Amino acid sequence: MSLWDEAVQPGASWSHVLKRGTALRITDLEGGANVGALFYNFECPVERYNMPDTLKAQHIARLTKGFVLYSDMGRVLCSITDDSVGWHDPIGGASNRQLAAEKYGRATYQEVRNDYIKNGRDSFLIELGKWGLGPRDLISNVNFFSRVDVAADGGMTYHAGNSKAGDYVELRAEMNVLVILNTCQHPLDPAPKYAPKPVQLSIRKVDPPAADDPCRLSRPENERGFTVTERYFL
Amino acid sequence: MIVSTLDPAKAKYSEEIPAGEAWIHEIRAGETFRIVDLHGNQAVDTLFYNAHDYSDRYSAQDTIRAQANLYLTTGTKLMSTAGNVLLTIVADTCGRHDTLGGACANESNMVRYDIAKRHMHACRSSFLKAITDWDHGMTKRDIPNNINFFMNVPVTPEGKLTFEDGISEPGKYVEMRAERDVVALISNCPQLNNPCNAYNPTPVQVLIWDAA
Repeated sequence: MSLWDEAVQPGASWSHVLKRGTALRITDLEGGANVGALFYNFECPVERYNMPDTLKAQHIARLTKGFVLYSDMGRVLCSITDDSVGWHDPIGGASNRQLAAEKYGRATYQEVRNDYIKNGRDSFLIELGKWGLGPRDLISNVNFFSRVDVAADGGMTYHAGNSKAGDYVELRAEMNVLVILNTCQHPLDPAPKYAPKPVQLSIRKVDPPAADDPCRLSRPENERGFTVTERYFL
Repeated sequence: MIVSTLDPAKAKYSEEIPAGEAWIHEIRAGETFRIVDLHGNQAVDTLFYNAHDYSDRYSAQDTIRAQANLYLTTGTKLMSTAGNVLLTIVADTCGRHDTLGGACANESNMVRYDIAKRHMHACRSSFLKAITDWDHGMTKRDIPNNINFFMNVPVTPEGKLTFEDGISEPGKYVEMRAERDVVALISNCPQLNNPCNAYNPTPVQVLIWDAA
């Protein structure tokens, strides 16, 4: 049963301390959404999501059900317990002011009120600032609902049509996790028009991960990661 | 493969970083910085900072996004979090360098290899010791995701991350021109659990030439 439902408007930001024992479901309302997201241990935010540790522990360059998001301290911040998409991007990063200006041109608050053009980096910094964090805390982000294909020579290409209307991903918090997110477009999305998409958020209480939890058992590394995480709460 | 025309005998600075040690040094705008893989396939975990604002630092995601390519080699602009070019790679006899694999840590070794491996010397400990000794106010908040010079970490079309055999050899080097004043921080990786360095960390050499 959902305890909290809220839409995040196109280009808007959101943050919350997702408590251990709850899960956040993000739903792409119209298809083609992008959700840039950062994760911190709320009790000690210098412990934060670590992109390389997440990728190399699980030998992955994509995120989907069964994988987890690691902090730099070897602990599991969130598990991906459900996913209808199959591929979320952990490498493409975020847009910034310069990129948005070059790609989308200019649309200010004075001209278009709340439809003014936002970018990933500035959105992250504003939302981080609300929790006393700043540029030194700006880390590699996840892009939910987006996919970047990597060619043999390393070339990176945005994969259009990765997520459809109604697609969702569910994150189970394994710690008390400060989640910072926004719906700015993916930086490698070649679409020339500023047209971010909305998503729906839904939070519910969930059982702690069982001994046979699929995320725990998906790799021996993750079994150790869950052990390390559970020891943190002893 | 782009070979440098610079003469090591004319470098204004040359230092060997022993296996498992850290190194921190300022490099001025216009100076050229070379890292030499003396014995082959040694991981050189490297970070750069804007020397006038340490909160503006190397960004792995901005660097690969800006060039729309995962691998670092000649021509790659090493981007900062604020969108500045810190350095440009101007010569490279190895051909490919990684920036997805990050740095080893006591805690990531526990997850990747065994919980009993916590004690083993690791890059992120070297980074912390180096910035503490350097005493310019940096803390763990200032340790973002790094470059692994001389490491080959390809991504497959299916989205797998693989750690392939090294493509470096003794004497291969990578050379960068500083586009602004930067601070370079290196951990010469002490990892003993990974075949990428043949389980044998070795020294590397760093050289700096004056602006041309």
